[in-house]
Amino acid sequence: MAESSASFYTKSTNKYSGILSWLLTKDHKRIGLMYMMAIISFFVVGIIIGLLMRLELISPGRTIMDAQTYNTLFTLHGVIMIFLFIIPGLPAIFGNFFLPIQIGAEDVAFPRLNLLSWYVYIIGAVLVLVSLFLPGGPIDTGWTFYIPYSVRSTTNVSMALFAAFVLGFSSILTGINFITTVHRMRAPGMGFFKMPLFVWATYATAWIQILATPVIAITIILVIIERSFGVGIFDPALGGDPILFQHMFWIYSHPAVYIMILPAMGVVSEIIPTFARRTIFGYKAIAMSSLAIAFVGYLVWAHHMFSSGMSDTARWIFSLLTFIVALPSGVKIFNWVATMYKGSIDPQPPFLWVMNFIFLFSIGGLTGLVLGSLATDVHLTDTYFVVAHFHYVMFGGTGTIFFAALHYWFPKMFGKMYNIRFSQIAVALYFIGFNMLYFPKFIMGYMGMPRRYYDYLPQFTTLQRISTVGSWILAGTIFFIFGYFIHALRKGKKATSNPWGGVTLEWHIPSPPPLENFVKLPEIKDDPYDFSQLKEMKDE
Amino acid sequence: MSNHSDTVHHKDNVSAKMGMWLFLFTEVLLFGGMFLVYAVYRYQYQDQFKLAAMELNTGIGTLNTIILLSSSLTVALSIAAMQKGNKFLSLVFLYCTQIFALMFMVNKFFEWSTKISHGLFPGSKELLAKPNGQILFYGLYYVMTGLHGIHVIIGMIAIAFIIVFIHRDKVTQQDFIKLENTGLYWHLVDLIWIFLFPLFYLIQ
Ligand code: HEM
Ligand SMILES: [Cu+2]
Repeated sequence: MAESSASFYTKSTNKYSGILSWLLTKDHKRIGLMYMMAIISFFVVGIIIGLLMRLELISPGRTIMDAQTYNTLFTLHGVIMIFLFIIPGLPAIFGNFFLPIQIGAEDVAFPRLNLLSWYVYIIGAVLVLVSLFLPGGPIDTGWTFYIPYSVRSTTNVSMALFAAFVLGFSSILTGINFITTVHRMRAPGMGFFKMPLFVWATYATAWIQILATPVIAITIILVIIERSFGVGIFDPALGGDPILFQHMFWIYSHPAVYIMILPAMGVVSEIIPTFARRTIFGYKAIAMSSLAIAFVGYLVWAHHMFSSGMSDTARWIFSLLTFIVALPSGVKIFNWVATMYKGSIDPQPPFLWVMNFIFLFSIGGLTGLVLGSLATDVHLTDTYFVVAHFHYVMFGGTGTIFFAALHYWFPKMFGKMYNIRFSQIAVALYFIGFNMLYFPKFIMGYMGMPRRYYDYLPQFTTLQRISTVGSWILAGTIFFIFGYFIHALRKGKKATSNPWGGVTLEWHIPSPPPLENFVKLPEIKDDPYDFSQLKEMKDE
Repeated sequence: MSNHSDTVHHKDNVSAKMGMWLFLFTEVLLFGGMFLVYAVYRYQYQDQFKLAAMELNTGIGTLNTIILLSSSLTVALSIAAMQKGNKFLSLVFLYCTQIFALMFMVNKFFEWSTKISHGLFPGSKELLAKPNGQILFYGLYYVMTGLHGIHVIIGMIAIAFIIVFIHRDKVTQQDFIKLENTGLYWHLVDLIWIFLFPLFYLIQ
């Protein structure tokens, strides 16, 4: 038995050693870590581009770059952050690593396909990079690729679009894999309603991935064809309809925001019970609200198009539906709060990150309602208000949970503990930096500062400067975090198998986990968040 | 447990099939997007779509429909033969499928090249002289049948692999899930054509 409990770092699924044993691995844990390496690298690139844009905006007029450079930078920043960081982030890293473990499985249903989807992701990423250097120059359409400019632009739009297509393919493959895994690989006794909520959330996400991504795939293909052959489908000069492009784009891209946020909500539902030492309140309601979000999230796409030409009836219907989709999210928030109520809360770093999330995400969510209402949206659309809103939702929401998940699962993934004191400081600095960076954008947007401009009127100078200083604090904090994690990898104390007192299956096995996850098949008798088992677990 | 290797992963045919169905689902949605575009423009330019559709060669279209339907039948027969353990017959039916597929593509080639030689292709002078509705009809015609054609080619490549696998006894009576899944894919390609055919050739 000693041999089979060797960690997945020392034992591999193939006969190779060293780097090849990783590049050809079929182990979901190693693939999760490979995603982590790639995704964090692109995240850092995205941050650096963000910093450059903020530096340009430190004073009015041209500071360090011209308008065209700024155009390509916000486009790249958007494409990298959306397609390379935030969409794959949680499912591909933590979903890969923990979904099989949390349902008591040895691996995902299709390990080889899993590896393939990593390679497809890398190919997509390389294509993005290649599109920067080909003649024609980097793409400048904004990450939304709106027609007609994306057909007229002479930059490498087709290449970048194709990259997005390839990345979508990777996302679909991961989705298929996870759905099949959840249906077919659960350990004996692990009924659907005994699955941890992170699994539920990832499962719902996987459905959106396979239901929505094909629509963006065909839209992208159509734009590429339009650019190369001029078939007229989106070109008004030939009878086509640019608004149709916007519909098809958002039919994917709105559900995509749920691809981003649902797994994050799943992580929150894991962390809160663990640190409140109480079983989750309203388990079924949380599980079902994930599915409800996945479904209703399909019917609200046109709230991105209130000012682009639609009938009034369509506009108020979409506005109404947008308000309705806030309900299942509200259900989750109530259940989280109810879980904490009268719990014995242990404010360890992962929990503090979740608090950060609740605060930032609430601001993002509430300002979303401002944009979801017709009258206010017409005033605020395409201003900094929108920029602030989506950074609060995506970055403050999913981005923050990315860090929460890292702090929660790091000891399990690497078997090392990081410095708790440092991470408490990081939580505070992150909070300050984030709000300094983005809150002024709400005010500027309200005052009329449009998005996607490298220049601004002098009256915005103070607020823009505050925002730029905020970007330094935030980015500095993020690098500090990566710094203490790397330090922990090298010099950190050994982590125990259950440092936080969690009860889901991953805390029943050693840190880092053995290659086959479970030395003996787990027997599922308790509810996923039944903390009475903690005492037995200590004796194990 | 001690020799964890690839062979330990028990083969689970239900999973493999489920994965394939999910994948086919994404394909349906991909074409669904195209059908949506078609519906929008057909609604907008009804008369011109009718006019343009009259130019298409219903004969070739019908022939191709028959060919593809037959190819679906041969794939199904090939699977049935494999189930019964008749490797030879299974192979024969797969070769038939490949021939049908090839015939389909050759027809398609002639159909497209006549259109092109008449100057009917995206961006041509003749086409641009026509009203917008007809330009769109031909745009959609080339895009949708072209995309379908690519799927036919992918299907042919997949079947070629299966033929090799059967020759090498990697696909056998005990384990023919790969053949089954390829068959499913082929039926989908067929099914999409069943929708494309009336939309372009029949409704007038
Ligand atoms: C330190 C981190 C970051 C900084 C300094 C930053 C800064 C910026 C700036 C200055 C813009 C351009 C605003 C404009 O002129 O319209 C922008 C746009 C954008 N950002 Fe960020 N950002 C950061 C992180 C993120 C993250 C984590 C995400 C996603 C999860 C993200 C997603 C976007 C998107 C989608 C756009 C819109 C691009 C477009 O207009 O096409 N950003 N960001
Ligand atoms: Cu939306």
